[in-house]
Amino acid sequence: MSMDYFQYLRKERMPHIWCPGCGHGTIMKSLLRAIDKLKWNQDDVVVVSGIGCSSRTPGYLDFNTLHTTHGRALAFATGVKFANPRLHVVVVSGDGDAMAIGGNHFIHACRRNIEITLVVFNNNIYGMTGGQASPTTFTGARGTTAPYGAIEQPFDVCALAQGSGATFVARALDLDAVAMDRIILAALQNKGFSVVDAWSQCTTYFGRQNKWGDASEMMDRYKALTYNVKLADKMTAEEKAGKYPVGILHQVQRPEFCEEYDKLCARVQGQ
Amino acid sequence: MASQNVKFLSGNEACAEGALAAGCRFFAGYPISPSSEIAEKMSGRLPKIGGKFIQMEDEIASIGAIIGARLAGLKAMTATSGPGFSLMQENLGYAAMAEVPVVLVNVMRGGPSTGNPTGPSQSDVQQCRWGTHGDHPAVVLSPSTIAEAFQCTVHCFNFAERLRTPTILAMDEIVAHMREKLSIPETVEQVWAKGPSPEERASFKPYLAGEDLVPAWMNYGEGARYHVTGLDHDETGFPSLTAANMEYLHRRLVDKVEKNKKEILLYENHRTEDAEVLVVAYGSTARSAKRAVNEAREKGVKAGLFRPVTLYPIPEEGILTAARTAKKVVVPEMNLGQYVLEVERILGKGVPVARVNLVNGEPITPASILSAIVGG
Repeated sequence: MSMDYFQYLRKERMPHIWCPGCGHGTIMKSLLRAIDKLKWNQDDVVVVSGIGCSSRTPGYLDFNTLHTTHGRALAFATGVKFANPRLHVVVVSGDGDAMAIGGNHFIHACRRNIEITLVVFNNNIYGMTGGQASPTTFTGARGTTAPYGAIEQPFDVCALAQGSGATFVARALDLDAVAMDRIILAALQNKGFSVVDAWSQCTTYFGRQNKWGDASEMMDRYKALTYNVKLADKMTAEEKAGKYPVGILHQVQRPEFCEEYDKLCARVQGQ
Repeated sequence: MASQNVKFLSGNEACAEGALAAGCRFFAGYPISPSSEIAEKMSGRLPKIGGKFIQMEDEIASIGAIIGARLAGLKAMTATSGPGFSLMQENLGYAAMAEVPVVLVNVMRGGPSTGNPTGPSQSDVQQCRWGTHGDHPAVVLSPSTIAEAFQCTVHCFNFAERLRTPTILAMDEIVAHMREKLSIPETVEQVWAKGPSPEERASFKPYLAGEDLVPAWMNYGEGARYHVTGLDHDETGFPSLTAANMEYLHRRLVDKVEKNKKEILLYENHRTEDAEVLVVAYGSTARSAKRAVNEAREKGVKAGLFRPVTLYPIPEEGILTAARTAKKVVVPEMNLGQYVLEVERILGKGVPVARVNLVNGEPITPASILSAIVGG
């Protein structure tokens, strides 16, 4: 089935800034396919971002779009959603944006369980500023600020989301767009805060510095670093060691923030 | 005459009442002394009238949330004090750049750093003006009384909407925590950012400004699907880093306040008609100054008080007029000399300016101002 991407794209904003081989466009298209499936009115969709390569996404999309300050997209998005819960709010963010400077907002958005979907375009590096190490840079991997390899342990975006209370947590790879479509669609349908850790290879900075090769070779490496969560039960601990599960990892129902607030208002006004 | 609701309130409570009267229906904040009563009051009141209250994880998130809320259609405010106000600076600049009309209350306490969390100060005056990076407009009001805390909060909302720019209520801790009688009017004038004309609406340009330099406003969800960014942008809202566009944008942002400032300059002249000694004071310090001026008059000294309520933009003509007969000017402030810099600049070298400064957490007394008035 084909859809008209141009319905959702601001053609006059093209060409985009992303490098050849970058996975961000794949994630953006997957997000558009999910929104198209849901038949959301474009006037009712707000896409919010912070600062970085991925955060340029909203500028290309024909929705209400908000390009905020570095790390703060979730704070702005919380204001948008809470002020007008009728709006569908999607946040796109990078690993530096969401996990480093915006880490506090990330855990609190998870805890609050406000109906927002966060898609982390995770490329394990600060791309926009020239390839510095990020909170998801793998231990030992190089960045321009980690020329001898990162000595820190990276954040597991999904584990952090689940531990902080997000009600939908998933990981998707840009190499499997079909699975990513299914995952983002499910995330958008969750009545609560959803986190999708969407892996996207940065060939220009991560790939080159770490001699990880071109886009297709980087995708192979991602594949080797991950396993399908559906196969987890059949795998030994050794087979899973050091690898990241991919798929829908966590989904629970818990009261959503805006709905709870409405209940509070009804209770207070009834007195 | 409209029926009035008379209460005995603190400045913080009056500020919350003013916000509600002005149409504020969204508050995001983070606890900090000596401003917390504003958040507490809003948390109690807003749910009762269908407004939104949220306690955010920090002050950065608080101002982010109110900017988002205003884009989604609700008048929004946050309240904080020095350390939190410092944290808000980046997003304050964002609100100025993206022209989102939100209100920040800064209850000034002693600083720098944690400083004197529960003591009064006026040491954030220059931070209110220049705290965020880059050239930007600033609209800052400072009340002296509880009634004025209410009115100035209403003004902050109305001025923000009128000019599509963030506004700041800079209230010192004394005004925030003292109590006075306040008659709350049933209704106050509510200004909302002007919308586009029907023709403009069809192809809405969120940063297209006419003669008054203030662009029209539409909320998210009303069909315009426009882009908002902190990057330099053109009238469509999309990034544009051409030299001509950047020059125009930055000048327009500052000029729109300058051009329309007559609408927002609030000040009081007290016995300045023939004043030979002019005191320029604001906030709670102006209360001591007024008494000092009256006592000086009793001693036969022709003293007067010019009290700016709008600190920024500076009521320059008001200061010049008040000082036209002055042989000396006295500027008392609970800081080491911040607004005095503006007064000195405006008056030039022709008239000596004496400073009265106190940073020990106590109010400036009428006696110390009187002594500066009558002293050499």
